[in-house]
Amino acid sequence: MSIEARSITKSFGTFTALRAVNLEVKEGELVALLGPSGSGKTTLLRIVAGLEFADAGNVLFDGEDATERSARDRRVGFVFQHYALFRHMNVFENVAFGLRVRPRRERPSTREIRERVHELLRLVQLDGMSERLPSQLSGGQRQRVALARALAVRPRVLLLDEPFGALDSRVRKDLRRWLRQLHDELHITSVFVTHDQEEALELADRVVVMNQGRIEQVGTPEQVYHEPATRFVYEFLGDVNIFHERAEDSRHGGIYVRPHAVEITRRPIGDGAVSARVQRVHVAGPTVKVELVTEFGDLVQAEISQEQQRRLALTREDAVYVRPNESRVFSEDYSI
Amino acid sequence: MGLLRTKRSVLPGFGLTLGFSVAYLCLLILIPLAGLFVKSASLTAAEFLAAVGSPRALAAYRLSFGASFAAAAANAVFGLVVAWVLVRYRFPGSGALDALVDLPFALPTAVAGITLTTLLAKNGWLGRYLEPFGIPVAYTPLGITIALIFIGLPFVVRTVQPVLQDLEPELEEAAASLGANRFETFRRVLFPTLWPALVTGFALAFARSLGEYGSVVFISGNMPMKTEIAPLLIVTQLEQYEYGAATAIAAVLLVLSFAMLLGINALQRYGTRRFAGAGEEPA
Repeated sequence: MSIEARSITKSFGTFTALRAVNLEVKEGELVALLGPSGSGKTTLLRIVAGLEFADAGNVLFDGEDATERSARDRRVGFVFQHYALFRHMNVFENVAFGLRVRPRRERPSTREIRERVHELLRLVQLDGMSERLPSQLSGGQRQRVALARALAVRPRVLLLDEPFGALDSRVRKDLRRWLRQLHDELHITSVFVTHDQEEALELADRVVVMNQGRIEQVGTPEQVYHEPATRFVYEFLGDVNIFHERAEDSRHGGIYVRPHAVEITRRPIGDGAVSARVQRVHVAGPTVKVELVTEFGDLVQAEISQEQQRRLALTREDAVYVRPNESRVFSEDYSI
Repeated sequence: MGLLRTKRSVLPGFGLTLGFSVAYLCLLILIPLAGLFVKSASLTAAEFLAAVGSPRALAAYRLSFGASFAAAAANAVFGLVVAWVLVRYRFPGSGALDALVDLPFALPTAVAGITLTTLLAKNGWLGRYLEPFGIPVAYTPLGITIALIFIGLPFVVRTVQPVLQDLEPELEEAAASLGANRFETFRRVLFPTLWPALVTGFALAFARSLGEYGSVVFISGNMPMKTEIAPLLIVTQLEQYEYGAATAIAAVLLVLSFAMLLGINALQRYGTRRFAGAGEEPA
């Protein structure tokens, strides 16, 4: 099912969470809402789910206006950051909940419920755990139960609010990969909220970058990473150096360069090279991280390969030249 | 018996605190109560039965237990609603309302009784509107129940409130997004979680109502066989220097209350297990 949000505005007291936001999610897509806290991403998700109601604007499912429909009539599966499992029910009952509360006419038989629940538990790889209580599960297992519970009602849309936010980084990575696989199997239209750019870029078909209640950019992970529309997107999606090539550059915003695009040489080469002094070299890890200060006082972080480091043999206080290999310039509020 | 076998524990002082607790409970509760039974034992069996089994005494027990039960039940329902509103909504005056809940604790119960009687008597502010409908309140069991509701309210509100506070709104949102209506959400999600606290609040309100004297004597009218509660009957016996009979009635009241509280505890455990679902066994 496709989702469309049209000029959604929402404020809480004096705080404006969303300012006329438009969003379109196509059938079967996996979309990430990415932004810092307070950017309105969770509010937008909750409005789509019907857990929050917009002050203005419409939510459409498959082109049909669902703005006035309650959460219970929208048939969306919602997964919460802190799982929101029913503590007094075991895993089986948690997953069966959505089936059991249906009106009698639509309710599946006990046998059908049992089959469906076990099918879902197999899907989330928790089949042997159906008798456990949520308190007896790890965080990753709880979140998978929550996912199975949301899927039990065959939702038309799956909405996930920081689904991996409460998990440690290792589990998070596993679960992320697993969720992508699951989505490829089920093809259910899904939207997830995250503040982790790596998560959004790795998992989503399209990324919606939000800031201060507005959408800054919508695009594929490649687009938002390589062709950021605004300074905010550029800064939010990765480490950034702001760099001046001439002293008078300081009047402008400067040049934006990712650490891996900083070229370091012993001798000045070509145009745009700036002299700099090495402050620190971190050799541990897949790449070598070098901190430098340019002649104009900019602090620059560079990432070079281990091989380059073997050639350059950089150490503290070395005088070198740096040059941005690929860079962007943003003037005040619009991109060039 | 391995009952008192001490395990090595990071918290020291188990023996000391246990000894203190037992001594404390003995001094404050068991010894006075034992005295009660000793005193009532001064009666012969026939005198004892006559005292506790007289129609007047039986009517008093019935009224005391019936009115207390009704009041505690009413409090369980409306106390839950009050606690809900206090926890879930912030509105002007919600703080004051919250403080108001504790007033029945602080107010001398006689004051409450006199106030309620004045309000609900035939010519009182409220009573005069109820009278034409044939609902006399003052000097009836209904009046007694109302006084007991007043006394018992804080117990339910204050036991349910913290549990409600811990209940994340996400649980209700999850239930709603899974298609549950408000009733199903309450029945399957909220109630099982609230149940133990609600039963505790009910038991406290019930126990408190059984022993309540001050507020009831004013509103009940104290007509033997009709509106005479058991605690009042005890006082009446005392005033007539029938110490034996007074303690006998008190002893019966005590045993019945204790049995009921035990029953309520069992109900609470049952409910906790029942609502916790079948597969509670830790794997």
